[in-house]
Amino acid sequence: MTNHWVDIKNADAILIMGSNAAEHHPISFKWVLDAKHKRGAVVMHVDPKFSRTSARSDFHVPLRSGTDIAFLGGMIHYIIENDQYFHEYVTQYTNAAFIVKESFGFKDGLFSGYNPETRSYDQSKWGFETDAQGIPKKDLELKHERCVFQLMRAQYSRYTLDKVSDITGVSLDNLLRVYKAYSATGSPEKSGAVLYALGWTQHTVGVQNIRSAGIIQLLLGNMGVAGGGINALRGEPNVQGSTDHALLYHIVPGYMAMPLADWQSLADYHKANTPVSKDPLSANWWQNKPKYFNSLLKGWFGDAATAENEFGYKMMPKLEKGTDYSYLFLFDRMYKGDISGGFIFGLNPANTVANTNKVRKAFDKLDWLVTSDVHHSETTDNWKRPGADPKKIKTEVFMLPSAHRLEKEGSVTNSGRWMLWHYEALKPPGEARTFGHMLVDLMNRIRKSHAAKDSVYPDPILALDWPDAYNAETMARRINGIYTRDVKVGDKTYAKGAQVPSFALLADDGSTSSLNWLYCGSFTEAGNLAKRRDRTQTPMQAAIGLFPNFAWCWPVNRRIIYNRASVDLNGKPWSPEKAVIEWKDDKWVGDVPDGGWPPMATGKGRLPFIMQTHGMGAIFGPGRLDGPFPEHYEPVETPVSRHPFSKQLSSPCYKSGSSDMDKLAKPADPAYPIVLTTYNVTEHWCGGGETRNVANLLEAEPQLYVEMSPELAKEKGIKNGDGVIVESIRGKAEAIAMVTVRLRPFMVQGKTIHEIGMPFCFGWTTPGCGDATNRLTSSVGDPNTTISEYKACCVNIRKANKLTELS
Amino acid sequence: MKLNRRTFIKLTGSGAIGMTLAQLGIHMEPVTAYAASLKTEGTKEVLSVCPFCSIGCHIIAHVRDNQLISTEGDPEYPASEGALCAKGASVLSLTRNPHRVTKPLYRAPFSDKWEEKSWDWTLDRIAQRVKETRDKGFIKTNAKGQTVNRVENLFAIGTSHMDNEECALTAQAIRALGVVYTDHQARI
Repeated sequence: MTNHWVDIKNADAILIMGSNAAEHHPISFKWVLDAKHKRGAVVMHVDPKFSRTSARSDFHVPLRSGTDIAFLGGMIHYIIENDQYFHEYVTQYTNAAFIVKESFGFKDGLFSGYNPETRSYDQSKWGFETDAQGIPKKDLELKHERCVFQLMRAQYSRYTLDKVSDITGVSLDNLLRVYKAYSATGSPEKSGAVLYALGWTQHTVGVQNIRSAGIIQLLLGNMGVAGGGINALRGEPNVQGSTDHALLYHIVPGYMAMPLADWQSLADYHKANTPVSKDPLSANWWQNKPKYFNSLLKGWFGDAATAENEFGYKMMPKLEKGTDYSYLFLFDRMYKGDISGGFIFGLNPANTVANTNKVRKAFDKLDWLVTSDVHHSETTDNWKRPGADPKKIKTEVFMLPSAHRLEKEGSVTNSGRWMLWHYEALKPPGEARTFGHMLVDLMNRIRKSHAAKDSVYPDPILALDWPDAYNAETMARRINGIYTRDVKVGDKTYAKGAQVPSFALLADDGSTSSLNWLYCGSFTEAGNLAKRRDRTQTPMQAAIGLFPNFAWCWPVNRRIIYNRASVDLNGKPWSPEKAVIEWKDDKWVGDVPDGGWPPMATGKGRLPFIMQTHGMGAIFGPGRLDGPFPEHYEPVETPVSRHPFSKQLSSPCYKSGSSDMDKLAKPADPAYPIVLTTYNVTEHWCGGGETRNVANLLEAEPQLYVEMSPELAKEKGIKNGDGVIVESIRGKAEAIAMVTVRLRPFMVQGKTIHEIGMPFCFGWTTPGCGDATNRLTSSVGDPNTTISEYKACCVNIRKANKLTELS
Repeated sequence: MKLNRRTFIKLTGSGAIGMTLAQLGIHMEPVTAYAASLKTEGTKEVLSVCPFCSIGCHIIAHVRDNQLISTEGDPEYPASEGALCAKGASVLSLTRNPHRVTKPLYRAPFSDKWEEKSWDWTLDRIAQRVKETRDKGFIKTNAKGQTVNRVENLFAIGTSHMDNEECALTAQAIRALGVVYTDHQARI
């Protein structure tokens, strides 16, 4: 979230799309309803299914899964043509005025630079024209034919109401209701918040769904302000923190790139990854990256990291450029027998990864597998799954019993980036251990075994600065960062071993270590700030529900990021009633500003989007692999064979597995004419591995069901409560029919298209509750993130003669 | 001063201003509960955070003799103001449930059952398998002759259930081993 949970109450309009917040983030709705009842905010829910979120919204707008960009592109068109955008904000704070190079183009659904062989773009075709100093050229009148604003206008002029309605299945009335209500937040004193979740990310155009919302928020001046923002309602207990700390192949902690083979030296790495801006008004914050990266290496390798050995950089593993090492390709490789063994901590991919039948078979090819969880799951016990013969499965499987949240101490980071400390209430049961304790112990044994002379390149393992025993508080100190020698900064001397007070003081010379620069400032000489429980506020902070002394928030305790965009060039808030920051008596008051520079009008300010090289909000985004503007493409499995915007039916860059089990139904396949979307229920958590083992939750939601419209039920001869079989080209799942008006047939291109929905939290280890819905979904991924298209695939449905998975 | 549970928690909060780390440290010491009922009499209150979605609703756990007696939402946490959803409200039964695995388990190749093992045996065995696999699969240079120091026959995935401090160690260990096939729930 660019903003935070409480801040939702400041919105004048709330667009909930790709999320069922009331059921999946129930407490968030406290703030949605606060805005609705106290401010009179308009709450809109755009989603295929009517849910409890819809029931509490001003209106629910059903939309066919996978057509969000068409819907949002129509909104961009509406905002521009009806002059609803915030002119001063768009001109001063976004790249709308930048002139794009002549090599940029768009034709037949493809941007310039497309290579069909590699299914990728040459992104250099999409750069900006620069002046002699190397600063992007601008037309502040927004009239130049190649300025971003005019290119955007041309791109979305094609998204007319009729075309959008025809492909999304949304009525014209419903389109206009949302467009009008939401674009009213383009006036300076108003703000609108976008709330989204996996309903946007889990598509082959997932990133571009969010980009579309980003463009809308920039046009309406809704970024950096109270009650605005792009708010990912993040799931998973600490998915914000685990992403910040990079349990991912492509980055290292703090959102810095993982080294590539082409960057053999530390200097190569820094040259390729440190952006340069010639614009004196751009803070270009990432220019500090070498300080953060070197401090990370120093944190990892300790005394073994020296300037002479490039802080251990050469020991680091290096990836091949363009090779994807994510789940989708991991399981592809495992299925082909090219992986020997590995670890699965607290994750249930045998239930939650798309095309689960393939995942389950892939595990059989492993020689060994270490799992760690609180309960048995479809993953830990995969070797004895229904239909498998354990006597034929070679895998040596370990299961390490882990601790629950109440059984350990440490911090988690909420979706609003607040670092929250929790304490150990009781010891784990029996011999169960925390992940921290088991990992430290295991790694010490691995280190010991690698001390043997026959070890292959044990250097990085032995060089690690690794603890003898796990201690959360010590780790929190190391994450923040520590001086590795006495350092004098101005008048103040920081002794070796002292906590680094802020990432502004991290250095690239080895004098500081930090396991994550974003968290530098969280644990200073003043203590562990994540433990703070102080609710005191200034009246200005109280007016917008800002709690600067409760816990700690990255970066530098800034609660609303890009908040310099919430004020005009003189530092006066666009909306005085809900000011985030204000320049008063030669200083900023309110939230921690995005840099302490004075307002822009002084000539000494810096542009507000400090993480962008040019300091501007990116309406034109040349950094994305599938285009600088979002464009509508159908899901890879789609019930239609054409769409009204171009001949390019699905994403030209989507990724997919390549095995015999990666089957895809062809567009408008008559064998699979129904759209399936997947979701969850309030009472269960993700794959259900935890919550199915809790009697009261299982009783509330006991088994797998499929929601379908009465019209489809009638067509298929299915009654409410019947056992049915849902089938895609990849697999089948049994479910109980729930015939409900919550799902409506869509009128698309003059034809009725049915959509059904199923939760994915049930699995065979809980007897009689059903088995993985993800046996139906397809492992095709977004080109930027490789997140699979869980939210839209094509299936058929029939009444079952006999049920074996449900009882 | 007489402490009841609400003022205790308030004090811990407001008292944080200007406190040193040592004072700030493990402060949720046992306090006498302001017992509304016999059930929580003599329990200590410990602050935790709900283990589900990332609103991070705070939970007050009432504990006696390493037994979880009761849980409730924390009204001081600004984002939840004491509220919990169905899952958050079930943390008591989640923590104390009979399906928990409490000993390391081992399934031998081609076996049809789990066996209980000691931590020592289990971790030594895993360390041995990691070493064999890594030694065999280590890739020093790629086809272009560039040094890559990576391992492609080993993987490590998960988890967003880890605390930040556990994540930081995991990220460090994975890179040291040279593992590149690594991922977790953020990509789901």
